[in-house]
Amino acid sequence: MASAAAWNDKRFEIIIGRLLRAGVMLAAAWVLAGGIHYLIQFRGEKPDYRAFHGEPADLRYIREIVHEGLELNARALIQFGLLLLIATPIARVAFSVIGFALEEDWMYVGITLAVLTLLIYTFISS
Amino acid sequence: MTTFEFAILIAIGSLVAGLLGALTGLGGGVVIVPLLTLAFGVDIRYAIGASLVSVIATSSGAAAAYLKEGYSNMRVGMFLEVATTIGAVTGAYLAVSTPTKAIAIIFGVVLLYSAYSANKPQKDLLSDDPPDRWATLLKLDGTYPTARGERSYHVRHVPAGFGLMYLAGVLSGLLGIGSGAVKVLAMDQAMRIPFKVSTTTSNFMIGVTAAASAGIYLHRGYIDPGIAMPVMLGVLAGALIGARILPGAKVRTLRLVFSIVIAALAVEMIFKGVKGTF
Repeated sequence: MASAAAWNDKRFEIIIGRLLRAGVMLAAAWVLAGGIHYLIQFRGEKPDYRAFHGEPADLRYIREIVHEGLELNARALIQFGLLLLIATPIARVAFSVIGFALEEDWMYVGITLAVLTLLIYTFISS
Repeated sequence: MTTFEFAILIAIGSLVAGLLGALTGLGGGVVIVPLLTLAFGVDIRYAIGASLVSVIATSSGAAAAYLKEGYSNMRVGMFLEVATTIGAVTGAYLAVSTPTKAIAIIFGVVLLYSAYSANKPQKDLLSDDPPDRWATLLKLDGTYPTARGERSYHVRHVPAGFGLMYLAGVLSGLLGIGSGAVKVLAMDQAMRIPFKVSTTTSNFMIGVTAAASAGIYLHRGYIDPGIAMPVMLGVLAGALIGARILPGAKVRTLRLVFSIVIAALAVEMIFKGVKGTF
């Protein structure tokens, strides 16, 4: 039993590892592009982060970030890249559900689905 | 300081933090918050938001390299993620109601422990006792490759490990760090998982744990693009460079020096927190 399960585990882990890396690189490229845009636009301003004001609503919620990002708002483009980044580990958990299902390990399908549900809930709601 | 200077300086600082974190095994996240708050005067809430994002980047970025080695135990990781993600959500909600002074003090204490823990000798505590009931039920026991072939190991003290992982999740969500030191405590010390298995499995878990609280931080307005952008790019670049030069590096002295720096930052955070100037 050990060898078949372990082999599947390892093959899946390698695929998942590559997926994560690609997700991170895509997110980093997006953040970098938004960042260059941001620095050109705001380079001369004097930011003040000493006091906490919180971000405006259009940089806090997925729908607003996507909407502003489509209008090429520099800050929203960075936030969108960060959303992609936060989504990579969530995608990894989703793939693990498939991995355990292929091994027909229903207990771990259940455990993984529980983790996935919590992650998706915190990601989309507030 | 203009936006441009601010971003460049933070990116350079984060790159060094990511590099040292990868080389010493302490992780880049641990020094981001002290760097931003003490050196740049950034509010600790923005600092925690940016640090959390960088933790996800290093964890997911390093996963491909770790996973190829075949040490990680997916079942142990996924089972313990139930504890760490619930903990992370708890921590993120606690962060909203906890005074920043108190967060600074807790941060300092965790930093001190991390610096101490990283310099302890790593020894596998494998036991040959009969299998643990919980470990058998949850199919947590596994094998890992060694020079003399596959070696099997039994996972012990599952409830204690699960509880400690919940604590690791709370600290991760409250402080925006990976909580690697607490994960080592849970997996190596309590659950007796071999060091190589626990390191790779915990790297895997750190990103998932951080993702559980990152959404809450984003909705609360803690993640500022002007800070998170240079921190994330800097830490990620540093971590990738670090992973490349790690095999040939002599890290013991570096780890000691980095730990002393971390301890000094920890003392300053505790001091400022107690004085109420944070």
